[in-house]
Amino acid sequence: MARARRRRARLPTPILLIAPSLVFMTALFAWPLVVGVAQAFTGVDGPTLTHAQRMLDDPYFWPAARNTLLLIVVLIPLQFAFALTMALVLRERPRFAGFYFYVWVVPLAISDLAAGLVWLAIFTDRGYLNSVLDRLGIEPYAWLSYEHPTTVFLAVLIAELWRATSLVFVIIVAGLQGIPQDYDEAAAVFGATYWQRLRHVILPQLRPSLQVAMILRTILAFQTFAVAQALAGRDFPLLVGETYHWYNTLQNPNVAAVIALVVLGASMVTSVAYLRLLRDRTTEVTT
Amino acid sequence: MSAPAAVRRPSAPAAVAPPRPRRAVQRRKAVLLQLACLAITAFMGLPLYLITLAALSSRAALNRFPLSLVPTELSTETMSRFLDSTGVVPGFVNSLIVGLSTLVFALLVGVPAGYALSRYAFRGRDPYQLFLLLTRALPIVVLSVPLAKVFLTTNLYDTTYAVTLLHTALALPTTVLITAAVFVSVPRDHEEAAAVLGATPAQAFVRVVLPQALPGIAASAMFTFVMSWNEVLGAAILTLNQRTLPAQVLATLADSPLAYRFAGGLALVLPALVFIAVMRKYLVNMWGTTLR
Amino acid sequence: MADIVISELVKTYPGGQVRATDDVSLTVADGEFVVLVGPSGCGKTTLLRMVAGLETPDSGSVAIAGRDVTDLPPRHRNISMVFQSYAIFPHMRVRHNIGFGLRMRKVPAAQVNERVRRAAEVLELTDYLDRYPAQLSGGQRQRVAVARAIVVDTGVLLMDEPLSNLDALLRLQFRAELKKIVRQIGTTTLYVTHDQAEAMSLGDRVAVMRGGRIAQIGPPLEVYDRPTERFVGGFLGSPPMNFFPAVVRRADGGARLFVGDQVLAAPPHLATYDGREVTVGLRAENIDVAGAAGNGSAAGGSAGEPVRATVEVVEPTGASVLLTVRLEGHQLKVQAPPGYQVEPDSQVWLRCRPESLRFYDAETALALAS
Repeated sequence: MARARRRRARLPTPILLIAPSLVFMTALFAWPLVVGVAQAFTGVDGPTLTHAQRMLDDPYFWPAARNTLLLIVVLIPLQFAFALTMALVLRERPRFAGFYFYVWVVPLAISDLAAGLVWLAIFTDRGYLNSVLDRLGIEPYAWLSYEHPTTVFLAVLIAELWRATSLVFVIIVAGLQGIPQDYDEAAAVFGATYWQRLRHVILPQLRPSLQVAMILRTILAFQTFAVAQALAGRDFPLLVGETYHWYNTLQNPNVAAVIALVVLGASMVTSVAYLRLLRDRTTEVTT
Repeated sequence: MSAPAAVRRPSAPAAVAPPRPRRAVQRRKAVLLQLACLAITAFMGLPLYLITLAALSSRAALNRFPLSLVPTELSTETMSRFLDSTGVVPGFVNSLIVGLSTLVFALLVGVPAGYALSRYAFRGRDPYQLFLLLTRALPIVVLSVPLAKVFLTTNLYDTTYAVTLLHTALALPTTVLITAAVFVSVPRDHEEAAAVLGATPAQAFVRVVLPQALPGIAASAMFTFVMSWNEVLGAAILTLNQRTLPAQVLATLADSPLAYRFAGGLALVLPALVFIAVMRKYLVNMWGTTLR
Repeated sequence: MADIVISELVKTYPGGQVRATDDVSLTVADGEFVVLVGPSGCGKTTLLRMVAGLETPDSGSVAIAGRDVTDLPPRHRNISMVFQSYAIFPHMRVRHNIGFGLRMRKVPAAQVNERVRRAAEVLELTDYLDRYPAQLSGGQRQRVAVARAIVVDTGVLLMDEPLSNLDALLRLQFRAELKKIVRQIGTTTLYVTHDQAEAMSLGDRVAVMRGGRIAQIGPPLEVYDRPTERFVGGFLGSPPMNFFPAVVRRADGGARLFVGDQVLAAPPHLATYDGREVTVGLRAENIDVAGAAGNGSAAGGSAGEPVRATVEVVEPTGASVLLTVRLEGHQLKVQAPPGYQVEPDSQVWLRCRPESLRFYDAETALALAS
């Protein structure tokens, strides 16, 4: 049977295989996105900025924005330093490394709500922290009271540090494993100290992993919500918390949508900023 | 004859302090390392211990102050009261339904796409991967609110289907990328060998590729389940009566007694403990492969 | 059994600028063992994979046992193949790996067992039938790959560098074993390797490939001894053939070769190239080396006049002594008898028989007509 040399008349197999995922993702991402923009900027009589205005006028909005930003600016560097330390410590292969790895990674699989509840048990007025202080003879302190915003912030910070560092930790460990030992050994032979090797050999090669981790972590940080809810309710407003509040309690999906778009915008801006800042200059062609 | 030359004593070794024996340095380093590990483990592990303690203490013990740091008055009272509270057991059931359904859907849609990514170099491959990465980076909060509206109009609001669809959308990019990496690790010439030996493409996939890819796919499935189990915001926005467990706990957070919250915390944490125990080895591999 | 007829196969990989195979034609007779050999990128593996059906050619055809199989998928071509990486399925025991092809062809279970048992015997795998590949050594896995290929008893056996992942000693051992096994079963075999020693030792005919074309094909000794182009001479043999430029001058009825200021005797037919520069090819083992002009173990007949060269490196390899010498500015490798003693920087005298010289056009690098 004579057959044409080029036989690819039907849709190529790979396209068929990815089609369902494309359809699904478009339906569940692109479409709601459009609807969301419409929700945010459409009123009874057409396009309007009233929802945006209401959002800006709300007394909780700017504190929420400030808290979110504060959390990111303070938390992320801390998390990275912490995760890096953990990864480097484990890299030295101490005994019981397997057990340590297990415990350090458990928070990865814990939801932010659960994390909030866990630290609630510690920070609440009659919680474990105050119990310890009491036994030591120190006056207990209302860590989570709205009269002490600093400690509330610290409590949220610590809870998030505890919960979310595991993700960065795992990414860094994976990245470290990908670095061939040869570079480190060569540097050692040429006289580099541990810190020099860290700075000049390991960290630069860790950059792709760090970049991924940074972007992922920042985007997730913008969405911090349930931890603060569990610890402090609305005493520590956050952008996503406000979204939830407008939607659920105030029954106003439009303003909720505007805040959601604010979060989206902020996430994208920071992602792009990271990509530019951390881009790999060694592969760029210099003119 | 001259007197015999005085016996020369060997000169004393030069007065240089001997360098610290290497073994001592290494031992000190090992000790410091262990201390660091223990400190970190204390920070990471203590809260878990404490929540377990709190959830398993009797009501009386919880009412006392200061709280005891050791398990003295253990009781299942707090947990059972929690479980008896309205909406908790249905919440469990809903979370289970949503988790399992998400797992199945994500695999059904994601595994073929992952296979395509791993084996074929087709036009649009890079844009597709970029699209996946982008959606993974998108904040889900941006979706939940408008999705609620969409589901309202399609009559899917406040059902487990709604939450399943959302969770599947969240899990899909990761599933595709992870299964792609898993299939890449199955060498292409295994499929070629099977083809030469007489297997159809379907037979080759089922008998040769799938058995080797199964561990990785199982890992991805567990990952999806846990993500779905933990997801709070979307579930809370998309449901009213058919809440998943986290959504239920969140909704009743402000009005519930402390004991309820502690018990809820433990209930939400337990799957994580199990999951990580099983998935430890895969975690690093998964992240290692998707980074490339 | 079956023969393989390859006609004008052309393939360019998508995104590639150059053809991977450039109008290649080749016939492997029924029962013949043909080896494709060449440097990486020469197209040998692409050619093999097109015969297997794992790559589709842009044009040209492949026929097996008289049937045009060009558009058929691998499983309908009645072939078997051994892969470079063995491609042994890690999740199946050895016996199931070996029997895989038979099960795919729906051979009844009893027959499968019997044939697997026999194949395992031939390859000395009987004790390992119930093990998993992870419990085998590299050499054993290689045997499983071969067993799996021969048990299906097809007309054609394809092998893609099956020995290259073995260490040197195993490779040598298994090479002989493979040759014996293939001869026993008598299948038509097409074998790809980059190792020229392997090619020469295994093939009934050797096809040397470069840049997507077959440069020369023929029995091993012919390709070795009479390369039709400079590339083939430089590829086969260890050390490869020496090449150096010389000018031809007519001289009393014959011809002489001028290498710099020195003169070598040349075969008479070369006289037609009077005045031209040619590239001379000469194998290291065909050069006699002596410490003085007068001596020299010339193997009977006209040894020709000796030329002077300086020794640069002396490498005793046990079976011989490999000298790197410089003749009029050109580097040559010379194979001296074992135990030959000479110091670097000393002068030696080289002779060879004119019949062992090969000549190539200085520009096209093709052999000159003789």
